[in-house]
Amino acid sequence: MADVALGKALPADRSALLRWLRDYGVYGGVVALLLFNIAFTDHFVSSENFRTQAIQVAPILIVALGMALAIGSEGVDLSVGSVMALSTSLLSLYLGYGIWVALLVVIVGGAAVGLVNGSLIAFIGVQPIVATLALMVGARGLALVLLPQLKDVRDPGMATLGSGDLAGVPYVVYIAAGLALAVGFTVRRTTFGRQLLAIGDSRPAAQLAGLPVRRVLITVYVLSGVLAAIAGFLATARLSASDPTALGDLMELSAITAVVVGGTPLTGGRVRIGGTVAGAVLIQLLTATLIKHDLPPSWTQIAQAVVIVLAVYVARERGKR
Amino acid sequence: MTQAAEVLAVRGLTRRFPGVLALDDVSFTARAGEVHALVGENGAGKSTLIKVLTGVHRPDEGELRYRGERASFATPLAAQHAGISTIYQEVNLIPLMSVARNLFLGREPRNRLGLIDFTRMHREAEAALRDYGVRVDVRRPLRTLGVGAQQMVALARAVSVDARVVIMDEPTSSLEPREVETLFGVIRRLRDEGIAVVYVSHRLDELYAVCDTVTVLRDGRSVHTGPLAETGRVELVSLMLGRSLGEVRREGVTQFSGDHEAGREPVLTATGLTRRHELHGVSLEIHPGEVLGLGGLLGSGRTETAKAIAGALPVDSGRVTVAGLPLKSGSTPSAIRAGISLLPEDRKSEGIVPGLSVRENIALACLPRLSRLGLVSESRIDEVVDTYMKRLRIKASSPQQKVGELSGGNQQKVLLARWLAMHPKVLLLDEPTRGIDVGAKAEVQKLIDELADDGLGVLLVCSDIEELIEGSDRVVVLREGSVVGELAGNDVSEDALMRALAAAADDVAADGAVEQTADDRAPDDRDEDDRDHEDDGEVTTRG
Repeated sequence: MADVALGKALPADRSALLRWLRDYGVYGGVVALLLFNIAFTDHFVSSENFRTQAIQVAPILIVALGMALAIGSEGVDLSVGSVMALSTSLLSLYLGYGIWVALLVVIVGGAAVGLVNGSLIAFIGVQPIVATLALMVGARGLALVLLPQLKDVRDPGMATLGSGDLAGVPYVVYIAAGLALAVGFTVRRTTFGRQLLAIGDSRPAAQLAGLPVRRVLITVYVLSGVLAAIAGFLATARLSASDPTALGDLMELSAITAVVVGGTPLTGGRVRIGGTVAGAVLIQLLTATLIKHDLPPSWTQIAQAVVIVLAVYVARERGKR
Repeated sequence: MTQAAEVLAVRGLTRRFPGVLALDDVSFTARAGEVHALVGENGAGKSTLIKVLTGVHRPDEGELRYRGERASFATPLAAQHAGISTIYQEVNLIPLMSVARNLFLGREPRNRLGLIDFTRMHREAEAALRDYGVRVDVRRPLRTLGVGAQQMVALARAVSVDARVVIMDEPTSSLEPREVETLFGVIRRLRDEGIAVVYVSHRLDELYAVCDTVTVLRDGRSVHTGPLAETGRVELVSLMLGRSLGEVRREGVTQFSGDHEAGREPVLTATGLTRRHELHGVSLEIHPGEVLGLGGLLGSGRTETAKAIAGALPVDSGRVTVAGLPLKSGSTPSAIRAGISLLPEDRKSEGIVPGLSVRENIALACLPRLSRLGLVSESRIDEVVDTYMKRLRIKASSPQQKVGELSGGNQQKVLLARWLAMHPKVLLLDEPTRGIDVGAKAEVQKLIDELADDGLGVLLVCSDIEELIEGSDRVVVLREGSVVGELAGNDVSEDALMRALAAAADDVAADGAVEQTADDRAPDDRDEDDRDHEDDGEVTTRG
């Protein structure tokens, strides 16, 4: 009898544990890594170190916000890295007209790429992975046509944006946090956000319920493009150089990792902004930890792979239930 | 006929699924050189029986005999190898591969090196297809063929694997009349060659044209087996539906109260809805305060009609007006704005959004109304959700519970709530009580009544004939995508409906039949081309 009771209790505990891991695992991971570093890593607890980490994670985080929307609509946006490259090219071409004009052009560029992505997906019915793959190739090509080689960005405004701070916290952190709050609010409180989740969960049902499916999908990809463009702008400011060949390379994969690790299922219908932020921070901390303990970069990749598999495993349990 | 050898037979077959007895002591015999019709309404157990015969499911009880011996097929492939071929409604071939490769898939002729011998394969494929009236370049990808030709390739493939039994599940659903004739020719040839054919279809005309014997399934039981020629149409329909003709109507068993006061001006008018292969000039009117039933057997175009009216199924021609204003064709949002609400037949995949809460599901369609400047007002949503959860007595642990976790009846009520919150003028209900338990069914029926009393126009699609008759004030009868009759007043009875369902094409009101053939031809480009050529020919001759 005792055995039977145990046998019944165990799976219940296990699924409860997995559910906890799915919902809060990513935060637990961040806290665990922080504690580990505080205990075992030299010079970890310094404002200089936190600053570096925050500046590095900000662009990934901003891109991941858009990616979370795309994934929540049962899609994906592979073009984000190339949009960053396009925005760095546009930036260096238009910086002469002033930083605000350049920012505006960059945002319009990102929105345009998103508009093409969204139109291909919503009107022509191209699968998101294919449509955005096309733009991933095309947008980087365009970036290189606009600016064939690396160019220094010398602008006091950009320098301040890239490395300046307010009350000890870098500007980019305020911007990333502000955007995360805005996207979180959009998902939770706007009709657009609700409709996006319904479309991601069951597109046929959403269609029959009369939801503006096309408009919502196009908006998703436009937002993702704009966020990637802003990330490209900030990354350029930090590097003080426009490098359309390298900027944003493999960024789409980092962003997808952050979203998935943060507990947003690839099957759509759910968007976790808090989890996405924590996911991006987790990946950043993991990398930093390994580097600070003098492990080669290849170890970082292996560790990331393990985290991704763990996250997908935890999410899988949910699908089976 | 009965002397012919048994090829495939089941006796005392029982098959259970969790909570359902799909087949209950079913016996069925397919004989060599005989075309055996298998008929029954939705949920009668036809597909389960076919799946047992073809090795997809194994029987819980009873025995399966094949060519005189007890048999048990571990997989569909084993059944195929043994000589049982199945052709499904949807062509299950590989669209991008060539016609010839599809025909020989898995048993391609090889040369000495073990590579595919394409020359031989193409030659043999051409010869095989010629017998089916298909003359095409067999190197072309399959998908470049018409649906009818694809169906023929599937058939040729099924037969060419040395089949003893060929099972056809609604093989004509996507065929042109001409192609149906070719198919029948092939079926007759198969019969003459001593192959046992099992033919599943809802089209009575086809059954009588090609089948020798019929077995009727109802509620998982075989209720009748006999020569088709000795079974009249009306008798066949009443066997399928389980209502004897002479049976006097007792008092109603549903919660429908019956008649409503219908307004004189129709709130919705559909004119000439036509969609190739599915709808042929369907016209109907729905009045406010009236429940209009759509009668018809499975595949008669009831669901398609409802979807076409709701803008969810694009039509080739025809239009819908609501309160005199025409709708943009093929646009769900436009239909919804005009006040049309559709409860789809497939509640789980087209109705509810399973991962969202009861609350989000109810508020889904009316979100824009409950929002200001794109920001949703939680309090207004709560108000609406609260109202309808109470009014429809939706049972959920809380409004936050996921809809996917609710019972079927409560899911249906959530969908009703979603639409009622839109204050519709017309409700299109496609099988609103299917798959929900008795108590919830009664509640939904009562609700439909109340809504009609409140002045809504309701279109009711329902396979349960008793429910349809008791729920409807008027019934429009569909057959093969055409309106073939209308019952009003005292004619709204099971007897009259069954007679209308069973009527042969030439028994139907003459104008209805004429309309149907005209519409059958109209969307067919090839027919028009042919006619053009004929005209040309005449002109030349005269010249």
